[in-house]
Amino acid sequence: MFYGLTVAWALLAIYAVFLGLRDKDLKKQLETLKRMVEEKK
Amino acid sequence: MRSKLVMLLGLIGGPLLLRNLYVILFQLPDEMEQGPVYRIFYYHLPAFLTAAACYLSAMICSILYLKSKDAKYDAIALACTETGLAFAAVNLVTGMFWGRISWGIWWAWDPRLTWALICWLVYFGYLMLRKAIDDPTERAKNASALSIFAFVSVAITWKAIEWWRTQHPGPVLSIRTGEQRMDPFMEQMIYMNTVALSLLAAIFILVRLRQEETQREIDALRRYAHAL
Repeated sequence: MFYGLTVAWALLAIYAVFLGLRDKDLKKQLETLKRMVEEKK
Repeated sequence: MRSKLVMLLGLIGGPLLLRNLYVILFQLPDEMEQGPVYRIFYYHLPAFLTAAACYLSAMICSILYLKSKDAKYDAIALACTETGLAFAAVNLVTGMFWGRISWGIWWAWDPRLTWALICWLVYFGYLMLRKAIDDPTERAKNASALSIFAFVSVAITWKAIEWWRTQHPGPVLSIRTGEQRMDPFMEQMIYMNTVALSLLAAIFILVRLRQEETQREIDALRRYAHAL
């Protein structure tokens, strides 16, 4: 029973971490692109 | 505004999830026939209901996209589908753990289990389809059409336990059967955890939606940078 509950929480935690990492990556990409466009201008 | 909403949902949903976990583990008695293993149902069933609500929202947004061609609806449909997949995975995996303890096997090709898996694969296919099409308008149009048809698999999964009475337990919720088949306090806990998981799903959807908007901003900037 505990394994079942642990796995339920673990899956949701993994998805939350995945979202967090993607958020970080997207922000980094956006910053880089904004800088690049400013330089090109 | 959206960050504040995420914070508010977290402030309500977080304590509710923890409170529910405490009640499930320490306050609710063991079920007469199954013993403590039935507690998995408090995540298994709410996870399915949450995933189904996400898929339903995705289907509605897909219809709205096809009618209005407003990219906002396509982004919401994507956010709902991805979140629904996460909760559907919780439903499938917790079901497997319950099956291993109660039936002695991890998986049975029972109609309900099979349709739940088909449903998960169809929505996973939705994400794959989006990755395969580069043109944003074509991608949104095809993904919306798939999302609408994919909901048929959710409806079949929902009705499977009524249409084919095989290994998976039949419906137990009184809102579905019209009669009290389980202790009211236990049933109430299923609804409470559905609310808590739905709040968590709403947070995931809002975060994923913001990411999709950022992604679109990145794509637009890339096009602009190329044009310079």
